[in-house]
Amino acid sequence: MKRAALSPPPTERGPGEGPFYFSIFMTKTTASEQADRRSRWVTTLLLAPSAFWYLALLVAPLAVVVVFSFGERAAAGGYQAAFTIANYLNLPARAAAFRNTLVLAPLGTIVCLLAAYPLAYYLAIKSSPRIRLFLLILVIVPFWTSFLIRTYAWMFILGGRGLPSVIEWLGLGEVRLINTPLSVLIGMVYGYLPLMVFPIFVSLERLDKRLIEAAADLGSNPWRSFLQVTLPLSAPGVITGCMLVFILLMGEYLIPQLLGGGKVFFIGNALVDLFLQSRNWPFGSAVAMSLVIIMLATVTIYLRVTRRYGAGRDVSLL
Amino acid sequence: MDRREFVYHMRRWQKGSISRRQFLGVTGLGIATAVLAKAMPELVAPRAAYAGDLGDRVSLTTWPNYHDPKNFEDFTAKTGVNVEVNVFGSNEEMLAKLQAGGTGWDLFVPTNYTISTYKDLDLIEQLDLSLLPNYDPASIEKRFVAAGTIDGKTYAVSKDWGTTGYAVNTKKITEKMTSWKDFWDLAMGKYTGRGMVHDYQLTTIGNALKYYGYSFNSIDPKELADAEKLLLAAKPHLFAINSDYQPSMRNGDAWLTVCWTGDAKQMHKDLPEIEYVIGKEGGEIWSDFYAIPKGAPHRAAGYALADFLLTPAINAKEVLAHGYPSADARTNKLLPKELLEDPIMYPAAELLAPLEFGAAATLTNPARAEIMARFKSA
Repeated sequence: MKRAALSPPPTERGPGEGPFYFSIFMTKTTASEQADRRSRWVTTLLLAPSAFWYLALLVAPLAVVVVFSFGERAAAGGYQAAFTIANYLNLPARAAAFRNTLVLAPLGTIVCLLAAYPLAYYLAIKSSPRIRLFLLILVIVPFWTSFLIRTYAWMFILGGRGLPSVIEWLGLGEVRLINTPLSVLIGMVYGYLPLMVFPIFVSLERLDKRLIEAAADLGSNPWRSFLQVTLPLSAPGVITGCMLVFILLMGEYLIPQLLGGGKVFFIGNALVDLFLQSRNWPFGSAVAMSLVIIMLATVTIYLRVTRRYGAGRDVSLL
Repeated sequence: MDRREFVYHMRRWQKGSISRRQFLGVTGLGIATAVLAKAMPELVAPRAAYAGDLGDRVSLTTWPNYHDPKNFEDFTAKTGVNVEVNVFGSNEEMLAKLQAGGTGWDLFVPTNYTISTYKDLDLIEQLDLSLLPNYDPASIEKRFVAAGTIDGKTYAVSKDWGTTGYAVNTKKITEKMTSWKDFWDLAMGKYTGRGMVHDYQLTTIGNALKYYGYSFNSIDPKELADAEKLLLAAKPHLFAINSDYQPSMRNGDAWLTVCWTGDAKQMHKDLPEIEYVIGKEGGEIWSDFYAIPKGAPHRAAGYALADFLLTPAINAKEVLAHGYPSADARTNKLLPKELLEDPIMYPAAELLAPLEFGAAATLTNPARAEIMARFKSA
């Protein structure tokens, strides 16, 4: 869905733009009409798999969720047909989960951005090509291991015998990291940093370095050139990276589960609980729908706002 | 490295400190952990004896730290059937999966209070006892036979039994603890940030109910409201809500936790300072069973595995590994005397007397389900 919203509109082939060899054998109008029809066929065929995918695996299940969200929990759990808005009225019962998600997901995105930008900047502009390749590989390497295992490792790093014991040994007092919002935040930033680094790196790498030189020639100090040239030109990457990370963080389940110890609960965790423990599918569906609506609203507003900075038009995913 | 050596190392890795138990228990996803044999079936050549009838694999759904992996190897060596093990964190989660359908399980381990619901929902089959020659109801304590029998028909056969108390690290906690009131008061007071409760409605709500002296199984709205109040007050003071408490207890992050018999036994063996307490107000006594889900894809192999694990000599090895008492007199005859007198496994009669078996109503009660979910998302 987000891809659909981001990709540029498909360019329509106008009349008379068909392959020119037709026009050699036929009158001009027929040729272009035929080419038109043919190109429409090709377009349809090419779009069919993704359309099927979209309808069968996104729209249809979503419709089921909408229907379920107005139902009732069956006696032994599950779904029972009904029409009630009770599930939506009960949403405040998950206020804490919504609050955790809506605070920690944006916060995680911002910290990711602050950590990723200098790295991407160094990679794209300051590093020599050979080091750059090496560093880029280092950014990718974590993906070779399962996300679950890497997050699990953080349980030990943040657990009582990990970092806190080092901090204590240094005489900085007793701290607890695991099962706190901070540990969840650390896990989120660690997990999603590469997704922020790459879009920013790409937009910075494409940046014409002569513009920075020109700014310097015209008497701008480095800081000002950065603010007025580099930063605006890297905006598409920043916007894309933030959106990628934010959307994924909003649906996060694993990190709060492992590093939050059941104490820092996201909507994703509340959903798993509702479907796999309390088996209240209708309420679960209502919570899921609310999350979808919140996401749609946030992303729409986000795109509107960021478009103003002249970057929304050519936002690309990478 | 030859095949045998590779299998050996793989096994060690599986049993290592970052074991599948922690992995699956914590994630609570109930993701299948494929035993090596399943991942690489060609490593273990099927034996002719049973292979034709039983197929080459069987899927077992069970609890963390609940079997001797060596027994699975022996089963595979004997029958050529590879055992795939799924580990779950709560009965509610098992029920949710079975209700959703298409689990592919051949054998699973439900707890006493769930069996009547599974039968009513038509999710388990009436057992064909002729396929379980090693099961002998006469040698099993009557009350554990009864929980698996409905209207004179056998739906589940006893695996083992145990209690739900709490474990205390007595090096860190010097107070003498004897009751659930002690547990909650200290977890919310002096030892804030050190207590753990299960991610499981039955025991977490049940033991909060015990704080007030209510029944462990209460579904009375007023009593449940009191329990919820206690849980919400305790939540900020808890270290975690997690049924996989062994790692946190062992590394010293948590000092007290709601705990099952076998986990207490396993931890006490390695760290004698971790002691097991059964609240004097009562709490839970339970028994687990083997049952066959309806439509099991490898039904015959499921029966064969249950029968194998119920063989007294094999079952004795299981007990030695997991530390939960067996209800089978034939198995107990094979166990060392000190194990049969172990106070964790066999608590004193006056502690056992007030314990309650979980009630079927708690499994499907919407109020209990919602209170647990609210407690977790608070």
